[in-house]
Amino acid sequence: MTALLEVEGLTKSYGGVHAVRDVSFALETGKILALIGPNGAGKSTCFNMLNGQIRPDRGVIRIAGRNTTGLSPRAIWRLGVGRTFQITATFNSMTVRENMQVALLSHHRELFVPRGFAGRFHVGRADALLDLVGMGHQAERACGELAYGDLKRLELAVALANEPKLLLMDEPTAGMAPKERADLMNLTARIARERGLGVLFTEHDMDVVFAHADRIMVLNRGELIAQGVPQQVRNDARVKATYLGGAT
Amino acid sequence: MEFLAVQFLTGLASAASLFLVASGLSIIFGVTRIVNFAHGAFYMLGAYLAYTLTERLSGPLGFWGGLLTAALAIAAIGVIVEIMLLRRIYRAPELFQLLATFGLTLMVQDLVVMIWGPEDLVGPRAPGLKGAIEIFGQLVPRYDLFLIVLGPTVLGLLWLLFRRTRWGVLVRAATQDRDMVAALGVNQKWLFTSVFALGVFLAGLGGALQIPRDAVSHAMDLRIIVEAFVVVVIGGLGSVFGAFIAAVIVSELNAFGILILPKISLVLVFLVMAAILVFRPWGLFGRAEGQPRQTLGLTIRPWKPFTRTERIAAALAALVAALLPLVDGAYALTVAAEILVFTLFAASLGFLMTVGGLSSFGHAAYFGLGAYGAAFVAKSAGLPMEVALLVGPLLGLAGAVVFGWFCVRLSGVYFAMLTLAFAQITWSVAFQWVEGTGGDNGILGVWPSAWAANPERFYWLVLAITATGIAALRALAFSPFGYAMRAARDSDLRAEAIGIDRKRVQWTAFIVAGTFAGIAGALFAFLKGSVFPENLAIPLSIDGLVMVLLGGVETVSGAVAGAIVYKALAIWLVSQAEFSKLVLGGVIVTLVVAFPKGIVGFIEDMRARRPRAKAAAVAEAAE
Amino acid sequence: MGFRLSASLAFLAVMGAGTAALAQNEIKIGEINSYSGIPAFTEPYRKGWQLAVDEVNAAGGIGGKKIVVISKDDAGKPADAVTAANELVSREGVALLTGTFFSNIGLAVSDFAKQKKVFFMAAEPLTDAMTWSQGNRYTFRLRPSNYMQAAMLAEEAAKLPAKRWATIAPNYEYGQSAVTVFKQLLSAKRPDIEWVAEQWPPQGKIDAGAVVQAIAASKPEAILNVTFGPDLVKLAREGNTRGLFKDRAVVSFLTGEPEYLDPLKDETPEGWTVTGYPWYAIKAPEHDAFLKAYQAKFNDYPRLGSIVGYATMKSVAAILAKASSTDTDKMIEAAEGIELDSPFGKIAFRKSDHQSTLGAFVGKTAVKDGKGVMVDFGYRSGAKYLPSDDEVKKLRPAE
Repeated sequence: MTALLEVEGLTKSYGGVHAVRDVSFALETGKILALIGPNGAGKSTCFNMLNGQIRPDRGVIRIAGRNTTGLSPRAIWRLGVGRTFQITATFNSMTVRENMQVALLSHHRELFVPRGFAGRFHVGRADALLDLVGMGHQAERACGELAYGDLKRLELAVALANEPKLLLMDEPTAGMAPKERADLMNLTARIARERGLGVLFTEHDMDVVFAHADRIMVLNRGELIAQGVPQQVRNDARVKATYLGGAT
Repeated sequence: MEFLAVQFLTGLASAASLFLVASGLSIIFGVTRIVNFAHGAFYMLGAYLAYTLTERLSGPLGFWGGLLTAALAIAAIGVIVEIMLLRRIYRAPELFQLLATFGLTLMVQDLVVMIWGPEDLVGPRAPGLKGAIEIFGQLVPRYDLFLIVLGPTVLGLLWLLFRRTRWGVLVRAATQDRDMVAALGVNQKWLFTSVFALGVFLAGLGGALQIPRDAVSHAMDLRIIVEAFVVVVIGGLGSVFGAFIAAVIVSELNAFGILILPKISLVLVFLVMAAILVFRPWGLFGRAEGQPRQTLGLTIRPWKPFTRTERIAAALAALVAALLPLVDGAYALTVAAEILVFTLFAASLGFLMTVGGLSSFGHAAYFGLGAYGAAFVAKSAGLPMEVALLVGPLLGLAGAVVFGWFCVRLSGVYFAMLTLAFAQITWSVAFQWVEGTGGDNGILGVWPSAWAANPERFYWLVLAITATGIAALRALAFSPFGYAMRAARDSDLRAEAIGIDRKRVQWTAFIVAGTFAGIAGALFAFLKGSVFPENLAIPLSIDGLVMVLLGGVETVSGAVAGAIVYKALAIWLVSQAEFSKLVLGGVIVTLVVAFPKGIVGFIEDMRARRPRAKAAAVAEAAE
Repeated sequence: MGFRLSASLAFLAVMGAGTAALAQNEIKIGEINSYSGIPAFTEPYRKGWQLAVDEVNAAGGIGGKKIVVISKDDAGKPADAVTAANELVSREGVALLTGTFFSNIGLAVSDFAKQKKVFFMAAEPLTDAMTWSQGNRYTFRLRPSNYMQAAMLAEEAAKLPAKRWATIAPNYEYGQSAVTVFKQLLSAKRPDIEWVAEQWPPQGKIDAGAVVQAIAASKPEAILNVTFGPDLVKLAREGNTRGLFKDRAVVSFLTGEPEYLDPLKDETPEGWTVTGYPWYAIKAPEHDAFLKAYQAKFNDYPRLGSIVGYATMKSVAAILAKASSTDTDKMIEAAEGIELDSPFGKIAFRKSDHQSTLGAFVGKTAVKDGKGVMVDFGYRSGAKYLPSDDEVKKLRPAE
């Protein structure tokens, strides 16, 4: 059986400087994979190549066996990839439920429907997903007035709208209180298990990483210096050197 | 060969004054994000003041001192305007400041006629720079040579100011990232004031420097303002060096262009801008803008479709409007029909701006194309009004299909300026193509069919089409497609991440808006009985913007209220008041200060302030 | 929404209530012009017609009725002019329309007049279309047309030895047709003439230095200029400095009109052949009377606009008096072929094309006491420069 996500020899450089060099890894369905590394290690570049925002110089990305290298974010989403952003990106003038409805409308390819109140489309499904992430009681609120943690949870719900096989989460817990972090990651892990999703996330918070990841990859200066189960990575000499015990 | 060299020098001299005005505009925009429509007014005031001063003072000191004093006086006026007016509305939605500066411009146009009289004024020549010098056997005015040196000198001084002073460093930082400056603990208020003062000083100086070679007249402002905007955009917003290069490019292309195509000046700058923006979406030296400032959605009150009560109220209003012929006569009906036509036009632009977040500076193009389309069908093909009203707007649609495809590749002010460029190119075709469009003499005799010729019937026809059109646009805003537009507007990143093709959504929105504008245009042609190039010219596009902004860009149908207020006021003032522009400008400035969210935005704020329980009860009862 | 529409309705209702009852002892005349658009012309123009109204009413009005002029601004836009025309006709109940400056506005109002069957006396618009290709039964025009002025100037130009001609004209219908007619008439008289260059600066936006250089490069012996207003000032200044006009004949439309000549002051280029209005040097009793009355009333000297305003209103009064009715058909009947006095002498409105025979002064520019003036001028009656009735018939659409 092919892996859910396969990456081979991914490389990107800017003006002769390698941001990401020859990175290869794979992710199985139902697993949670963390991508870590110090600032500037190439995490974001790597991540953005996976979701289609940046075109790699070299290398191949396969999602569920299909080559997605160089596809647009839109096309990748259509293949069943949900994602959340480091700095949340939501539709701030719309309510929480409307944010969900837009994603669901897009999933059902109904965005160019010129008739009817969009507010009546997919209400049940939207609320079910919001309930799943614990946002059901805030469905009527404007997105622009939500607390940051709630925005993160909304993003997770939006990412699930297209019934994805793979979730890409860029620092999902950044800016959250410790309790919220644990809750969100537990929720993510539960959803991944229940729905058989693969999850790839980047994260600064080592507690979160070691508590929730099935496997961990460590990037430094664009290169993958270690990968394995948390215990392996924790004991890796190069990883220790890179972080100089600076892991929080 | 010698001739070409001298022509090049002439181009450089023209570039100098253009650069002064454009650099001021660019600096102001870079820091404060204000689209300062009044920049041309400051330029004109600079020229008038310099005229008065140099006429009073004598000798070289009097002349040069007069120019400088005039520019400084303009800067002082700029400071007053910034403190009294603009400071109050920095937090308003983007472009709202455009409305305030537009009001100022109107006021200044009448004020200069009141103060300096209607005749063109010719100032003195510059002492010591009166004659010409022979270069390559051709006479080149000394004053031109002075301007050629002055342009790069001012550029150099600005460079020193921005690189070598703390103030300049702050300005540059603010141009790149406004929030960062706030974080540095700098007094942002005074930074903005000083930047605005410098910008209008340059405008005033640019105007003052014109008096030895130009006539000072009350139409100077409009002559320069659009061209200055174009130069700023070609150069890249906020880039002073870019403004310089762009001024030189535009002036030289014009100087040499007229040798081959003597009629090119009419449209040249817009062709250059369109070409450059298509290939370099941020101008020559501009940088890609980060995520645009979140302006829409600042009011955290999500849009709601009409409740049942509101829907009944709207239907009643339409019914009451339909009864107008019972109470008033032919003139009131034609005025009402005109207001209705502009209501539809404004609603179509409002749809694009509020739902789609796309501020078009050239929406009149589609209105005008619809009008010309109807006129072609009615006059050239000799078909009846019914056919013309159906087919005419298709020309607006076609224009929107073609231009929109290019425009939606851009965003923000660059998008706005590309729409302006296409509108001006369309205008110049209507203006130049005498065989097809009658040129500026227009197409006459576009009158309604006999059954609709009397004012009541035509009014009902316009009312029916307009009401349907506005209702359709409103319904569209709440349809899935409307959600797609709002999604693309709120966050490009998120939209793409959930499979929304932003460009396709916005392109479609552009076409929808263009088509409805075309319908309004076709109705307008039959209302007036004629079509002229002014139907797709810049002033009409500005009128549209004013209507939308006045109504409130954060509201779904604010444009409707804005159009009714603005158009009724404008028609009434032109008919009644001696200095109608002064009054209209004053009213706009007052409205801007009183209702920074627009008229409907203000009403919605008031309604939201009522006890929540009551509002909730109303909503429940309705849905 | 409900609030908005009902508010606008209330507004319209208030406007409607203002309709005054028609006074029995007055005749209302509707007047439209670009007061805010081109005040340099329209301010003296307004004074001109005010003087005429005063004179007519002081002499007992028309058939015992006073004339009352209701004046509207068109903001320089044809669409606004049509709105104003509508207001004047439907609301104010005026007997006829008059005024307008810009050609496109004149045409728009003329077409409105045709559609609504209202009498329209166009004051200033110069386009030949007014009386010919777009002419209609309801429209008359006072001012000598583009064609007439071109013919007057071409006559003078033909006397010049120059063979190589260049043209500078604003890039719109007025400039285009002025150049076309001038070229056609001059080439007919002088087949040896060669047209070596043309420049078409946008109206109000001339890049004068570049235009002057471009014209000079073609080495013309004579230049036709059609620009006016601020463009003319810039052109004159650049041309003077760069020596364009040195040893070259220049023939120029409208430049001798005080509106355009006075701002130039001592920078007036000398020796240009121009059309204009030398009010300071005209020796004719009709003009003397006008001048005295005008200066007494306004303490200002007249511009050409003053003449146009005055003669327009006098023509309207004469037509009303002759028709002794405000019925449109009767006024048209009265106007066709009517003769009356103007400050420039007797004028008539031709039956064939509804054009008046008011003429213009043609002379040379000069500088006197630091001011631009016209010298060696003579009056050219319009009648001499108009095509015959048969020719006109071919030009006008069949009614």
